[in-house]
Amino acid sequence: MTKEQVKKLQEFALEIRIGTVECIKSRGFGHVGGSLSVADLLAVLYGEVMNVDPSNPKKEDRDKLVCSKGHAGPAVYATLALKGYFPYEKLFTLNQPGTDLPSHCDRKKTPGIDMTTGSLGQGTSTAVGLALGDRLQGRDCRTFLIVGDGEAEEGQVWEAAMFTAAKKLTNLVWIIDWNKKQLDGYIKDVNDPGDYRAKFEAFGFDAVTVDGHDVEKLYEALTKKAEDKPIAIIMDSVKGKGVTAVEQTMANHSMKGGQEMFDGWLAELREFDGWLAELREKQAAMKA
Amino acid sequence: MEIVYNGNQDSRLYKAVIGETIDALMKEDEKVVWLDADLRGCSGTAGKEGDRYINCGIAEANMIGIAAGLSASGMKPYAHSFGPFASRRAYDQAFLAAGYAGNAVTIIGTDPGITAAFNGGTHMPFEDMALYRAMPEATVYDITDVPMLIDTLKKAKDMPGVKYIRVPRAGSFQIYADGSSFTPGKGVVLREGTDALIVASGIMVKEALEAAKALAQEGIECAVIDPITVKPLDVDLVREWAQKTGVVVTAENHNRIGGLTSAVEDALIGMPLKFGHVAVEDTWGEVGPLDYLRERFDLTCDHIARVVRELRA
Repeated sequence: MTKEQVKKLQEFALEIRIGTVECIKSRGFGHVGGSLSVADLLAVLYGEVMNVDPSNPKKEDRDKLVCSKGHAGPAVYATLALKGYFPYEKLFTLNQPGTDLPSHCDRKKTPGIDMTTGSLGQGTSTAVGLALGDRLQGRDCRTFLIVGDGEAEEGQVWEAAMFTAAKKLTNLVWIIDWNKKQLDGYIKDVNDPGDYRAKFEAFGFDAVTVDGHDVEKLYEALTKKAEDKPIAIIMDSVKGKGVTAVEQTMANHSMKGGQEMFDGWLAELREFDGWLAELREKQAAMKA
Repeated sequence: MEIVYNGNQDSRLYKAVIGETIDALMKEDEKVVWLDADLRGCSGTAGKEGDRYINCGIAEANMIGIAAGLSASGMKPYAHSFGPFASRRAYDQAFLAAGYAGNAVTIIGTDPGITAAFNGGTHMPFEDMALYRAMPEATVYDITDVPMLIDTLKKAKDMPGVKYIRVPRAGSFQIYADGSSFTPGKGVVLREGTDALIVASGIMVKEALEAAKALAQEGIECAVIDPITVKPLDVDLVREWAQKTGVVVTAENHNRIGGLTSAVEDALIGMPLKFGHVAVEDTWGEVGPLDYLRERFDLTCDHIARVVRELRA
């Protein structure tokens, strides 16, 4: 991946974060924490990895995304708007009466949404179905599945994981958004599922842990060719990433506030140069 | 509609018919896919080979979700388990991943109500129709005989939405001629009569015909309607015959709450009628031979006749 590509993806991720906050700001409340934690992932998927055509959202052999943690809808909507699936202004209709952008992803309403999600755990099985259907129909494409770490408390997640590995569904890529928190607090305090990576490996996945805010690492993991085993990416992320006030709020699953609060968040995000500089610094330090 | 009921048991087993019909549909349409939850041996599909027979193992919720995803990818999924697991166990998946999300899935729940017999109360759904009736746009079938099953499986393939088909695995009594064609929401008048109307579905259709025969000996002429689909119910047909007879009795192998009885009551609200039912009286299932369970839950032709007589008294 070239420096230019990295920069482009970092910028795209930032735009997604800004779009996400603007989207939630329009309604005054929303699922901000888990939306911001997947912004870099969405930037890499839609910026470089996925074979999609915004002018033909139903193209049969497209790569597909199932955001099983359906409450991250605002981040997905921002991504789709920035990709041109629908006008950016539509983001400001989140959860308004009659909207095409409900709180949780809905394939019947929103162009570019491949699967309806919201009842946690269910997107794992529907993603399996999409991938299986593509395989049965001989399509050369992949399905990317984003699962919340708290969501993994649902038993259905493990039924679907078992099936994915048992049937060697290598055209399905699992991504666990390991942001450590759920609505009621830290996952370790609510109902700790333990070592995600070890669990997926035990099922028969090729599992890897990746920094969820490093676009290069994400790109590398997402473009790895699955040979015999399906791939599971444990994405080490921060709930609310990119907005300090959200990151530092314990209960950041869904947040509510006045316009000033959101404007403060946007001001921080728009300090693009400073934010990017910090990232570059971190990367340089890691390389050193 | 040609009625061929003669009181003799059909030699064909439902489960064998499911297996043969699905196999034929697979050959005819490459989009057809069969999902099972470790019950292929009970659905007549065991031993049939091909990558479109998917055994999901004992994980019904996952199976229904997979079926929904397959539909979204352009396939035409059928998913089978025993009735309680095809309904209660996987209801949220059927409701949201299939129904709400606009995916077309045919769900087959075998051994409904007392036909679960020796598997007992844990496997005896008296509420499956109630659950699926409460799902917007769902189509709910209580299968009456083999010709209806064959036609329903074939037509469900290209119908939108969630189709719930409850059907026993074992023997049945043939009511309709082979090759009969049915329409969802269009009931069939099996017998005409002016003194009472019996609306019966599934295994209770045969009991209703026997009750009508017995009552005719006493000079009471009963009309008998098979609604074919409990949802959508043929409201116009039921109201028409209710109007003609003034006495309505429902007969179903299901809790009186939420199934055929509730559907017919809803259809008849406001009409000056005498209304009775033969159904499970809001209680749990239990184990035993089918004949015992028929008596235990009063799902018999004798009980239907008794209820009709009482209402007319």
